[in-house]
Amino acid sequence: MVRVYVPRDTTACALGADGIAAAIQLQAARQQREIELVRNGSRGLFWLEPLVEVETSDGRVAFGPLELEEVEQLFNADGSPNTGHPRYLGLTEEIAWLKKQQRLTFARAGVIDPVSVSDYEAHEGFAGLRRALTLSPQQIVDELKASGLRGRGGAAFPAGIKWQTVLDAPAIQKYIVCNADEGDSGTFADRLVMEADPYQLIEGMIIAGLAVGADKGYIYLRSEYPKAHQILNEAIDAATAAGYLGADILGSGRSFYLQVRLGAGAYICGEETALLDSLEGKRGMVRAKPPLPALRGLFGQPTVVNNVLTLAAATTVLAKGGAFYQDFGMGRSRGTMPFQLAGNIRRGGLVELAFGMTLRQLVEEFGGGTASGRPIRAIQVGGPLGAYLPESQWDTPLDYESFAAMGAMLGHGGIVVFDDTVDMARQARFAMEFCVAESCGKCTPCRIGSVRGVEVIDRIISDEQRAENLTLLRELCDTMEYGSLCAMGGMTPFPVRSALTYFAEDFER
Amino acid sequence: MSAVMDRGAAVAAAFERYRNEPGALLCILHAIQDSLGYIPAEVVPDIAAELNLSRAEVHGVISFYHDFRTQPGGRHTVQICRAEACQAVGARELEAHAKTALGVDYHATCSDGSITLVPVYCLGNCACGPSVRIDNEVYGRVSSARFDSLMAELKAGAE
Ligand SMILES: Cc1cc2nc3c(=O)[nH]c(=O)nc-3n(C[C@H](O)[C@H](O)[C@H](O)COP(=O)(O)O)c2cc1C
Ligand code: SF4
Ligand code: FES
Repeated sequence: MVRVYVPRDTTACALGADGIAAAIQLQAARQQREIELVRNGSRGLFWLEPLVEVETSDGRVAFGPLELEEVEQLFNADGSPNTGHPRYLGLTEEIAWLKKQQRLTFARAGVIDPVSVSDYEAHEGFAGLRRALTLSPQQIVDELKASGLRGRGGAAFPAGIKWQTVLDAPAIQKYIVCNADEGDSGTFADRLVMEADPYQLIEGMIIAGLAVGADKGYIYLRSEYPKAHQILNEAIDAATAAGYLGADILGSGRSFYLQVRLGAGAYICGEETALLDSLEGKRGMVRAKPPLPALRGLFGQPTVVNNVLTLAAATTVLAKGGAFYQDFGMGRSRGTMPFQLAGNIRRGGLVELAFGMTLRQLVEEFGGGTASGRPIRAIQVGGPLGAYLPESQWDTPLDYESFAAMGAMLGHGGIVVFDDTVDMARQARFAMEFCVAESCGKCTPCRIGSVRGVEVIDRIISDEQRAENLTLLRELCDTMEYGSLCAMGGMTPFPVRSALTYFAEDFER
Repeated sequence: MSAVMDRGAAVAAAFERYRNEPGALLCILHAIQDSLGYIPAEVVPDIAAELNLSRAEVHGVISFYHDFRTQPGGRHTVQICRAEACQAVGARELEAHAKTALGVDYHATCSDGSITLVPVYCLGNCACGPSVRIDNEVYGRVSSARFDSLMAELKAGAE
């Protein structure tokens, strides 16, 4: 029997994977060949999706990007993969784009059946949890501190210090909340973890629970991810049945209860305090800090709020040790970062690498330039609140400090590429427009300033008192930056200012 | 079954399912919208009573989130991604085309009741945009022509 893999991932399916899976099965039935069809996750090589893999004695071989009509010639008469197929890519693991990566968090992505507990266990799954069960809470936290892991959601706060704060807070009930709101355009790493390797997130949350003394967890998932929702629920049920979740985890006497809660289409609910209000069933309004969520979080109790990738990385840290993890990276950016190549890019997808490579290497060597074949003009890094970077800045190493030093941020690792047809005045306008749509409304500079921002940019574009309005726009950016409670209003000026500074000619047409 | 009974049953089922869950207002609203297609104004007092909140509080939550609608939509919901990564590959043009082709603006429903058009900011398919979501399925690299054929399928498949 031949084992065939067709991803059930959102992007793979968006490009026709379901139809291809059905065609492969139909063809096998017609030819009376026995196959085992596995709906794996994606390997994150989205430029090659739908990517079909077939198991051979030498390893898995890949075909992609596959069109429905190309399924017909996938197999030889004896059922072996047709290596003369125009989409044949050879051994999957040898595809350079994948081989050059340093995959820790995404090592299993696309390799396993995402909802199979035994597959996960067979690929080093739950090793971190098993070790954590032999450690004291303080030892777990110490391991995380030693790893140098910083939050991957955007703010890059040291994860070990956050866990320590929650561990030290006395309370009967504590919570682990996973931030799976992934609202930034150009990002899909959280989604890939949840769709390709959900037990890794579940394991990370259980470890966090053991570390700080919390027995309840919530995954706050954006409603834009219906497949992740489905897969997470399947995985939680199976993990519960296998004794990893619920009462008395693996006979340890410790418990952890986990559920998924859906957001409802509000970008601001990715901000951790707004997220907590939303989880409590309220409007997602940003709360002033202090009190920190670590001390007064969900329902007023000490709460760890971590991004999906942070919690996922904790499994590697526990399984292999903090020293192993912190060996990757540069300066104060330790470990690996899942970068996401998106937008107008020839080879888009997930690239996990140690910190330190440059933006140019990433978009050229991995990305292969634009999809349109035109020159790259601007790259927006770090989501809708991130700066648009001109070519002069593409040689900056990708690490938190180097980016902060030039008024930019890595954020959640989203890299959105634009070719030379982009109109940067329109991009600046969109940044303000997005802030109008997504502001929680608490602060005037954000709520009203963004509305003014759209109007002022419209006047600049239509050449009404352009010089005065350009000055006004700069002042407005300052007001928003300094008068806003959170990064929504506080950083919307970043994309706007970068467009004004580096692409000034687009405001003078 | 009358619409009123449907409504009562949907609300009761949502309350039943989330009775012991703390802070479950969003869960309840999602459940009601999933079964009725929208959140009728008439159910707000019931929700308020169930959760011991004021009507204003419940209304405030419904109006805060983009997902919840208080009017019935079409048989299908079509979301077009307007965010940056999709803009970089032609989402603006797709948006304009979609509005013209369907003859509606965002948040409006085609006159035959088939489709409600809604904007969305990112579907997590940013390496293969422009992205469109139809009910619970996401589509990638959607050109104007592809959009038209997807819409034609929806209209042909109408009940
Ligand atoms: C406007 C705004 C949106 C945010 N969106 C997200 C998000 O979608 N996902 C996320 O993990 N963090 C997001 N954050 C950061 C969170 O507030 C918080 O720092 C993070 O969840 C902490 O987890 P970490 O330390 O593991 O990164 C956002 C912050 C702001 C200000
Ligand atoms: S900056 Fe904007 S989003 Fe943030 S708290 Fe203020 S009004 Fe809300
Ligand atoms: S920006 Fe359109 S799917 Fe992410």
